[in-house]
Amino acid sequence: MININVNGQNHHIDADPNMPLLWAIRDILGLTGTKFGCGVAQCGACTVHLNGEAVRSCVTKVSRAAGQQVTTIEGLSLSSDHPLQLAWQEADVPQCGYCQSGQIMSAAVLLKENPNPTDEDIDNAMSGNICRCGTYIRIRSAIHQAAKMQREGAKS
Amino acid sequence: MNRRNFIQSGALLGGGLLVSFTIPVANKLAALVTPVGEGSFMPNAFLKIGTDNSITVYLSHVEMGQGVWTTLPMLLADELDADLDKIKIEHAGPGKAYNHTVYGIQITGGSTSTWSEFDRYRNAGATARILLTQAASRRAGVAITACRTEKGYVIAGNQQFTYGELATEAGKLPVPEKVTLKPPSDWRYIGKGSKRVDSLVKTNGQAKFGIDMQFPGLLTAVVAHAPVFGGKVKSFDASKAKAVPGVRQVVQIPTGIAVIADHFWAAQQGRKALQITWDHGPGAMLNTAAQTKEYKKLAETKGLPAQEKGDADAALNKSAKVLSGEYVFSYLAHAAMEPLNCTVKIDGDRCEIWTGTQMPGIDQVNAANVLGFKPEQIKLNIPFLGGGFGRRATPGSDFVVEAVHIAKASGKPIKMVWTREDDMKAGYYRPFFVHNVKVGLDKKGLPVAWLHNIVGQSIMGEAKIFGPPPKIDNTSVEGVKDSPYLQTVPDHYVGLHTTKELVPILWFRSVGNTHTAYAMETMLDELAHSAGEDPVDYRVKLFKDHPRHLAALNLVADKGNWKKELPAGRFKGIAIHESFGSYVAVMAEVSISNGSVRVHKVDCAIDCGLPVNPDGVKAQMESGIIFGLTMALYGELTIKDGQLQQNNFYDYRIARMNECPEINVHIVESNEKMGGAGECGVPPTAPAIANAIFAATGTRIYNLPIVNHKLIQKA
Repeated sequence: MININVNGQNHHIDADPNMPLLWAIRDILGLTGTKFGCGVAQCGACTVHLNGEAVRSCVTKVSRAAGQQVTTIEGLSLSSDHPLQLAWQEADVPQCGYCQSGQIMSAAVLLKENPNPTDEDIDNAMSGNICRCGTYIRIRSAIHQAAKMQREGAKS
Repeated sequence: MNRRNFIQSGALLGGGLLVSFTIPVANKLAALVTPVGEGSFMPNAFLKIGTDNSITVYLSHVEMGQGVWTTLPMLLADELDADLDKIKIEHAGPGKAYNHTVYGIQITGGSTSTWSEFDRYRNAGATARILLTQAASRRAGVAITACRTEKGYVIAGNQQFTYGELATEAGKLPVPEKVTLKPPSDWRYIGKGSKRVDSLVKTNGQAKFGIDMQFPGLLTAVVAHAPVFGGKVKSFDASKAKAVPGVRQVVQIPTGIAVIADHFWAAQQGRKALQITWDHGPGAMLNTAAQTKEYKKLAETKGLPAQEKGDADAALNKSAKVLSGEYVFSYLAHAAMEPLNCTVKIDGDRCEIWTGTQMPGIDQVNAANVLGFKPEQIKLNIPFLGGGFGRRATPGSDFVVEAVHIAKASGKPIKMVWTREDDMKAGYYRPFFVHNVKVGLDKKGLPVAWLHNIVGQSIMGEAKIFGPPPKIDNTSVEGVKDSPYLQTVPDHYVGLHTTKELVPILWFRSVGNTHTAYAMETMLDELAHSAGEDPVDYRVKLFKDHPRHLAALNLVADKGNWKKELPAGRFKGIAIHESFGSYVAVMAEVSISNGSVRVHKVDCAIDCGLPVNPDGVKAQMESGIIFGLTMALYGELTIKDGQLQQNNFYDYRIARMNECPEINVHIVESNEKMGGAGECGVPPTAPAIANAIFAATGTRIYNLPIVNHKLIQKA
């Protein structure tokens, strides 16, 4: 049995310790917001937070998450109101939407560590996430917008 | 918009005219897939109003990123007088009522959703509005002229009713054959636009894609496919696979060996443990190098005439100068982010399927055939599609049929999931093409002879769903045979050699235009340079009878400051192409360093007629440009001894954030016929980039992708 905490809830998972965290989250816990895109950490669709760090859950063994805090897109905010989620909706970022959970989870770590990212910071943090619909310019502007919202929120 | 011109355009019905139409009433099949509910009002297959005041719109087209989830309900909401954000939206299941108004089958493709449904969805809304108004007039006992609708209410004299309150009564009234549509001046959404209505669920993880299907007892299946195109299983040993914890069953199906397990991970581990001997068959002879050589040789000869005028050979011989190009275009994989998958549950004489598909009706029939069922015994549900780009419109329903075979063979409900590698290697690619182009110029540098031979597999010929294989497949030659440039060339010949290969092929976002636009627009750039003219000015001359091309070209040249000199180290290129009824000009700004290109900025202008959702059109242009950029820079699949050499995103690269240029989209104000937006941004992007690379390096690129070329900025 592996104990992990996902979105604030403790779970005891009966799984092969080598099973990627992705499949534990999707197929065992039934949280499907985290997506399978490549299986080899090339596309970022499976990005989740492990103790606040962005990891590609498709290559992270579930055993590595034992006793740790995992956050998935479902746990990013209580009512879909993280500044990134709001900015994403405002900028009409999603198209097919499949990669967007991973995009937002990568961006959330960027914003936490760097409240005022430059375009270059965004390039560095977001180039591990592929969007086949090509929504990159809207993702970029939404990150800037969310950073602004976050800064203004912090001031008030 | 000038309303007089709008009505005169003729292509668009409406503008307060009384319009006759036939619209499929909710038929038995639609009722089967979309329960009507007690007392609900369903005047047609596209709309249901419940007594609880719920409004549900059924989509005949599927949402795969292009935005129909928002655009089609906008059309209906405008006529119904309803708030878009209060409408519930669902994909319709298969049903004749949802057949494409032009293609005659249920399909999302060809960039047609908005214009082909422009009248039908407005009529559907208007019909309901009239019936609700009649019901209110009866209920209140006032004349129909004393009733009007406003945002989900009918105001009848001094009374007011919600649509839900009138649903039961309206449902009993005869459906009118004629309705009056609103004039454009009364549109609230059309032409003004709306935010996407699926953004919330696509930012919080709630959006359900096919791969997200879950229900008790559902197992996951992974399939071992033949490594060589057309290969078959000779023998296999599943004992080690069955020993993997979580693996429940291993079954043979026509396309390979399926491992069924409690979850994906176990199924994948089980597949790795399979021992399979394959019969590769004749596919093992396939090699990209040999194919390239063979196609190039064929392209030197004249193919069957797709378009011909005068005597191109004689005119070439007499030309003052001849330019030529031999272009090679690789097979390409759609590589949608959601790998293909399909969930199947067979229960006695019923079967239920969940899959993201662009052709639900065809899939339903193909699934029924596997089971010996009638199509109506199959209930097909369509979640969101994690990208499509044509791959989810397979005439043979490959991924659906495969999943049905697994469910049938195993007797269990299964979710078949392909890995990225499966998705890339299982075929259905943009076909491999070679073009051989010779253009004769007169003394002024204008084209007077054009000989253009194209070699490749036929998408329509292999698809078979639109009739027998055509002699000339238009999708192989579109963009060349109908080129506005050719119309100015007195002697021309467009020839087609249709080839056959074991490699499965399919339409791929913008189809034939993916390669024809590249050949035409890079050659045009050559012609302009050869004539010593500016590439925009040169095209303007040739477009004198093509105002829509001209409008898009002029707009992009103006907004992108084409005539302005760029700073040192920056270079620009331009291209324009009509496809799917829309005219798109793209201007790219690049620099060269370390042997490769960086695209810094792309300006784009589109004339698509009335943009129903302008920001949606912009989003599709941005999307098409990135898709085109990926294709230009990296798009390549190669085959060795019948096996695809690429595996995953590390060797089939997709443009990423750090490669994304600034993109500015400009929409031509246009009263012309509506075109599509989903695909037309792709074709002009690659040639615009290649033309900018020529400006920088003096080198023409005839073989994509660009990444294979070491670029050196000219001194």
